[in-house]
Amino acid sequence: MIKTNSVLDAKGLACPMPIVKTKKAMNGLEAGEVLEVQATDKGSTADMKAWAESTGHQYLGTVEEASVLKHYLRKAGGEEQEEKQHENVISNEELLQKIEENQNTIILDVREAAEYAFTHIPTAKSFPMGELEQRMGELDKKSEIFVICRTGSRSDLAARKLTATGFVQVINVVPGMSQWNGPTQISVNE
Amino acid sequence: MTFNSMTAAEVSKKVINKTDLFILDVRNENDFTDWKIEGENFIFRNVPYFNLLDGVEEIIDQIPTNKEILVVCAKEGSSVMVAEMLSEAGLDVSYLKGGMKAWSEHLEPVKIGDLTDGGEIYQFVRLGKGCLSYMVISNGEAAVIDSTRMIDAYIDFADRIGVKIIHVLDTHLHADHISGGRRIAERTNATYWLPPKDATEVTFEYQPLASGKVLTIGHTAIDIHSLYSPGHTIGSTSFVVDGKYLLSGDILFIDSIGRPDLAGLAEDWVGDLRETLYSRYRELSDELIVLPSHFMIIAELNEDGSVAKKLGTLFVENHGLNIEDEAEFRELVTGNLPPQPNAYQEIRETNLGKIEPDVEKQREMEIGPNRCAVR
Repeated sequence: MIKTNSVLDAKGLACPMPIVKTKKAMNGLEAGEVLEVQATDKGSTADMKAWAESTGHQYLGTVEEASVLKHYLRKAGGEEQEEKQHENVISNEELLQKIEENQNTIILDVREAAEYAFTHIPTAKSFPMGELEQRMGELDKKSEIFVICRTGSRSDLAARKLTATGFVQVINVVPGMSQWNGPTQISVNE
Repeated sequence: MTFNSMTAAEVSKKVINKTDLFILDVRNENDFTDWKIEGENFIFRNVPYFNLLDGVEEIIDQIPTNKEILVVCAKEGSSVMVAEMLSEAGLDVSYLKGGMKAWSEHLEPVKIGDLTDGGEIYQFVRLGKGCLSYMVISNGEAAVIDSTRMIDAYIDFADRIGVKIIHVLDTHLHADHISGGRRIAERTNATYWLPPKDATEVTFEYQPLASGKVLTIGHTAIDIHSLYSPGHTIGSTSFVVDGKYLLSGDILFIDSIGRPDLAGLAEDWVGDLRETLYSRYRELSDELIVLPSHFMIIAELNEDGSVAKKLGTLFVENHGLNIEDEAEFRELVTGNLPPQPNAYQEIRETNLGKIEPDVEKQREMEIGPNRCAVR
């Protein structure tokens, strides 16, 4: 079960209806929110991918369960343009090296749960932005903590939030998962 | 303005008659690039339907007003939506009934010629996929060769002209399309013949087509000679019908030759392919009319929609038959091979009877061009 902001039932509908309905549902979401589309039309997977690409939305992936295709899409958002302000940053390559040296490196992945599900660093913990404040208590304020998202923007915001709350060693990973070449893991069935 | 449906059969007539047609293909760009309807005087524009959900204003100026307009998609639904929008915008348009799925499945029977003592030979042209199959008819009996999975087309055709299918043959184990041979044989109580070397793993009953075999259709002597010619697959066989037609399977095409890698053994079989094309076929009469199991490009079609040419002409015009240097030949057929056909492994397994996918899955496996040849 992957957590999303909204679920659209497009089961039993033939092309073009799954995309027509998805487009409508996306209009009702906030930027950055995730939609699950349930469809039975086999062609819908390729169409979701291509449609997302042409509109700028992020196609996260598809899971097939009992002949229902569940497509996950994240609405295009403006957060990517924001300038990064948190000063303590590290590159993807440097983080990879840290992980190789120490398996206990703490990595917080602040993307949406669905983004995390389709690809994440094996040792990263899922800490979606929306849950960050209430879950801060799980973390030790003195530890070295690496924060990662897709492009470095959401993680910048998260790093600042954590620092403002009293965390002393928070490092933003730039650019983040969009360019990550290290090992990854999928956990769509958890 | 109105919008109508156009059938795959109507589109076939336009291909054969070289009619003008403007096709607005609303599938994904990838699907369009991979495979589309081909016609000498067809012009195309590809705009995925999902870019037209808000309306057709942006493309309306790019659609010609002096040509017939056909909107095409994968299964029909999106093309109906777009055709309706165009029609509301004032254009007279059609959509392709059943979409590319129907186009891929349509068979157009074309008479190739008469045989000795009143027989006939027909070619079933599958324009959407480039597959060619055959029916040889004589004195109330018929043989079907290299049939597609659309078996009703052959059975209905035989019923209509009042002949009984007694033999069903495949020149080789197909890797690009699902053979209807076994099911036609079951439905009509005909005998199903396969080259034994391609059939070592089949899970059903068949009769082996050994070299030198002669099958008789009707009372008149219409003979089908099996001419063992390895290359495309180890067992690939050619037939000579009525001493006049060479059914060359996937060994020799009109403007290309067979690729030897679809059973995974390009390096091993390239020698066999050369032997067949450069020695065995040379021993045959130049007057034989070559009837292959595929065509690659629409330019290979004759005026009447058939795909056929004299062997002597091919020896002059087909590049693949005119490579003196053996190393160069080897390079052509193993070096620069086109991508393999969609799902070719699964198609082989289906034709062996090892897997039995449902019709929907079979359609999906066959989507796309056939890619059996090298030029």
